[in-house]
Amino acid sequence: MGKNYETVIGLEVHVELATKTKIFCGCSTAFGGAPNTHTCPVCTGMPGSLPVLNKQVLEYAVAVGLATNCDITQYCKFDRKNYFYPDNPQNYQISQLYLPICRNGYVEIETENGTKDIGIHEIHMEEDAGKLIHDEWDDCSYVDYNRSGVPLIEIVSEPDMRSADEVIAYLEKLKMIVQYLGASDCKLQEGSMRADVNLSIREVGAKEFGTRTEMKNLNSFKAIRRAIEGETERQIDIIESGEKVIQETRRWDDNEGESYAMRSKEDAQDYRYFPDPDLVPISLSDEFLDEIKSRQPEFRNEKMARYMEEYKLPEYDVNIITESKKMADIFENTVAIGADPKKVSNYLMGETMRILKEKEMDPQDISFKPEALAKLIKLQESKAINGKVAKDVFEVLFFEDIDPEKYVEEKGLKTVNDEGALRKVVEEVIKNNPQSVEDYHNGKEKAIGFLVGQTMKAMQGKADPASVNAMLKEFL
Amino acid sequence: MANVISDETIEYVGILAKLELSSSEKEEAKSDMGRMLDYIDKLGELNTDGIEPMSHVFPVKNVWREDVVTNGDDRDNIISNAPGEKDGMFEVPKTFE
Repeated sequence: MGKNYETVIGLEVHVELATKTKIFCGCSTAFGGAPNTHTCPVCTGMPGSLPVLNKQVLEYAVAVGLATNCDITQYCKFDRKNYFYPDNPQNYQISQLYLPICRNGYVEIETENGTKDIGIHEIHMEEDAGKLIHDEWDDCSYVDYNRSGVPLIEIVSEPDMRSADEVIAYLEKLKMIVQYLGASDCKLQEGSMRADVNLSIREVGAKEFGTRTEMKNLNSFKAIRRAIEGETERQIDIIESGEKVIQETRRWDDNEGESYAMRSKEDAQDYRYFPDPDLVPISLSDEFLDEIKSRQPEFRNEKMARYMEEYKLPEYDVNIITESKKMADIFENTVAIGADPKKVSNYLMGETMRILKEKEMDPQDISFKPEALAKLIKLQESKAINGKVAKDVFEVLFFEDIDPEKYVEEKGLKTVNDEGALRKVVEEVIKNNPQSVEDYHNGKEKAIGFLVGQTMKAMQGKADPASVNAMLKEFL
Repeated sequence: MANVISDETIEYVGILAKLELSSSEKEEAKSDMGRMLDYIDKLGELNTDGIEPMSHVFPVKNVWREDVVTNGDDRDNIISNAPGEKDGMFEVPKTFE
């Protein structure tokens, strides 16, 4: 060995847009319909059918382009990419080759060595393919065209990334931008965001790029990281043994932790693109672009600044709660109905993040209502419940649609504010724990903690720890 | 005929189009394609300096639709065009990636 290699990575990211209908027909894009129930002559490629562009697709594509600092191609059009495969009923995919809607952009990512710009070569609009189901035993394959014609944008980066960390940071950034725009939910596991990794290696300092491979079937950040590490190693081994890397498409098998060369479709590289004569050109006016610009939402940096200014939240909090649009929305909606910003923030940073991590959930999956969180905070503020009980109730409301006030009432979780009852328990606890009482009197302040704990236990958790503490001190 | 299509080219075009041509069909296609290219070559005689490449012949642009669902479930009709059917899906010869 001894040689130092550098990994060069570019990404092709497909994002499924959150439109109600397909890109060229009025069929629903809803997920999970019975096979072929969301199809029509256009998205099944029947002869004579005519595609008509969904305006919302154009608007989302332009919005993503503007948010990623791209030049918008004001005169653009669609092209046909020709290939035969049963998931593609027209025998061509409608895409954009010659005049993609967005070009020459960049996004800024955070790396170990500070910020870095990752170039965006282009973003184009295209249609998704159908789904092929292979039967193990039959000599047939089956096709469901419900996904055929679902709108996608493909975001093609420059080969600007040098490590798995940079790739993940870039994907997180894209995901955040697209989610903030509401253009897609960007779920890797469900395929609404898909990343193909183009990777090559070269000796550090070399000017020329090495031969690259393209890796597909990466459906989690973990798989992407593993695939990058695996492919880097594979290519180094090939070069070290004096052989050459072959330019090919490889499929990552995350269970095996290995990639395999995909059987190349016969002459698949010759797509014979040409302008689609069924779709007329798009000519975007300055007014159209201004209109979309004026509708761009508040992005993360602006939100962060505003939260610190308006709600006086620490930077640490703001960093966490603006990481996803969903979380920021919950924060704002809960505060809007009168909850204390710092307390809302604490629930989001603490309990919410903990549950998400434990259950391997995405912030997108959060379903509890801002009203429920606001009520819970109010219950805690009024000392109707203590902190421990509040956390338990939060865990319930995170998963179930409950009214915290009713829940607390029904389950008898309210703090007992009966001083007489508390006094009795405290007397009992002091009587039963002479050792701790003595320790306390001998200056071991900590001993009182044990006594508070015993009292809380006897009260079944339904006491206010501060009052218990005060009363114990009074007795002692 | 100024343009002569080689055997390799016609073979390759046949593969791309998924067509199996007999040798007489190949000869015919070679001559047809040669004549088509000759015809297109006429354009080369024109001076096109400063003229934007054109993709569409009609002066129409920006034909869009609103994002509203207009199609319902028409599966039976759609499937009736399939070469074969099973459980509401199109049945096709076994295909691998």
